[in-house]
Amino acid sequence: MTATLSAKQVPSPGAPKRAGGWALPFRERIAPYAYIAPFFLIFGVFGLVPFLATFYIALFEWNPIGDQTFTGVDNFTRMLADPRFWNATSNTIRIWLLSTIPQLAIALVLAHVLNHARLRAAVFFRMAILVPFITSVAATAIVFAQMFDRDYGLLNWLLGLVGISSIDFVQSVWGSHLMIAVMVAWRWCGYNTLLYLAALQAVPRDVYEAAAIDGAGGWRQFRHITVPALRPIIIFTIVTSTIGGLQIFTEPLLVARTTNLTCGAVRQCQTLTLFLYEQGFGRYEFGYGSAIGVALFVMIILIAAVNYLLSSRIRGEGR
Amino acid sequence: MSDTTAATTIGATLTGAPPAARSSRSGGRMGRVRWWTYLLLGVAAFGSVFPLYWMFIVASTDSATATQMPPEILPGENFFRLAGLVFDTVPFLQSIINSLVIATTIGVGQAVLCALGGFAFAKLRFRGRDALFLVVVLTMTVPTQLAVIPKYMIVSWLGWVDTLQAVAVPGLASAFGIFWMRQHIVTTLNDELIQAARIDGASTWQIFWRIAFPIVRPAAFVLGLFGFVEAWNDFLWPFIVLKSPERFTAQIAIKALQNSFDIDLGLAMAGSFLATLPLLVLFVFVGRKMVNGILDGAFKG
Repeated sequence: MTATLSAKQVPSPGAPKRAGGWALPFRERIAPYAYIAPFFLIFGVFGLVPFLATFYIALFEWNPIGDQTFTGVDNFTRMLADPRFWNATSNTIRIWLLSTIPQLAIALVLAHVLNHARLRAAVFFRMAILVPFITSVAATAIVFAQMFDRDYGLLNWLLGLVGISSIDFVQSVWGSHLMIAVMVAWRWCGYNTLLYLAALQAVPRDVYEAAAIDGAGGWRQFRHITVPALRPIIIFTIVTSTIGGLQIFTEPLLVARTTNLTCGAVRQCQTLTLFLYEQGFGRYEFGYGSAIGVALFVMIILIAAVNYLLSSRIRGEGR
Repeated sequence: MSDTTAATTIGATLTGAPPAARSSRSGGRMGRVRWWTYLLLGVAAFGSVFPLYWMFIVASTDSATATQMPPEILPGENFFRLAGLVFDTVPFLQSIINSLVIATTIGVGQAVLCALGGFAFAKLRFRGRDALFLVVVLTMTVPTQLAVIPKYMIVSWLGWVDTLQAVAVPGLASAFGIFWMRQHIVTTLNDELIQAARIDGASTWQIFWRIAFPIVRPAAFVLGLFGFVEAWNDFLWPFIVLKSPERFTAQIAIKALQNSFDIDLGLAMAGSFLATLPLLVLFVFVGRKMVNGILDGAFKG
């Protein structure tokens, strides 16, 4: 350290130092690499290598405490013929649709009403809607499972008041999907609202003022200013909620108190990530589990591609 | 018109540029706020907070009251009994400590490492900088959660199964964080300041630690906050890699409580409430910072 300092304090007159040049001592030259090295090291070991290894392990019948036999694409043909895989796929997609569409629609409306310059208690409302985001998925799943309970749940009591007999949400296909979708939407709605609000706050005030002078009410302002202004961020949130939706795991694991690795006796709410966990860590079929991981990756790529195509088309129409 | 505005906003949000666009000319609609605006927001706020209130209701009533119809809507007197039962059923205090250790490591670690990496990419010149930064951005698109099986094998090879570092260390890397901190440093740290420090003989590390980090500390704090919350609430990976109850995080302890659900209906609820309480308390103090963090683009992709 002292050597570095003194070397710099007394530059030799013959060699004027170029900014960022090679006159710097070795220690200074490697400093930038040292600063970014932790990220690359950690991401490499725990992110990239496992990601690439998934594709390799998927080609094996891989028992962690037994043998590893190369079986080529056997895991994939087995998976495509496995009704449990298709069941998990359709469950995942249905839960995703049920949660994403209402969640983003509500977020859109909330962002619009929050975007008011003269709103009182704005900080309170913004903070209140973010409370679900800091609640863990596990706690969310447990409290909602109780509220949706067949015998003691708050929801069935309310339904009972209007003369609807108790619904066994967990045991039914649509009921369990609805219940999980509500949990996901509840947890992410406020967060997405704030993302939309962030984009809205950059819309110049006079755009709304001009619309108001022209006699456009709240609804028309919403349709013709708010929604178009938010288009790019809406696409962004669709992509992120899709990637998140394909990885739903904790909710289905926790709602069924028994047989929780399959989310119920007939796998009525088993998602793909839960199926991956069941095969990989419940049955120690690492090869088959990895093949499910590859399938998830392919789905994410497909959906991202569709989104990209749709969004470039929407952007084209917007002009 | 609004399209281009939004596009720049998104550009600004995604690249994390400072919220300079929010001048007095923007920042919300004018005009009278109608009563139904408050009604709508009131319903949203109620819906956001009610499940947590309900958690406390069930966690504070005995089984007989919890199962009665119509349900009780005021807290009972049993919370401390049930809370005590939580600590008797699982090593819950240890779980809270484990969660604190992991989440603090990840929060502080991310704040410092991302500021450091962001500083290098923003202000230092070195061979391969732009290519390496592109790699960082691209890593954000890798869905790592589906690779838990090989990740487990690597952790097991390291001998880290059932240890806290198996959860804490992988959580330290945040491509988004580096990306975000880089943008902050680019826009807030003056080049002349760095040059002046260099002429005064400061080393690169001293420039980072004495000049750059203090300037971006608020941004790093918000980043660390999100890292902390995310780590506290994480489930899948800790669930896979932590095996013995003494190593569980609070979230995994809740799962264990749920398995002994038959003992008392309120048990898992009391555990859930206790595991959420530290974050609620934290939120009272820093919630405003988190809200502003999201409004300024501190979100995770």
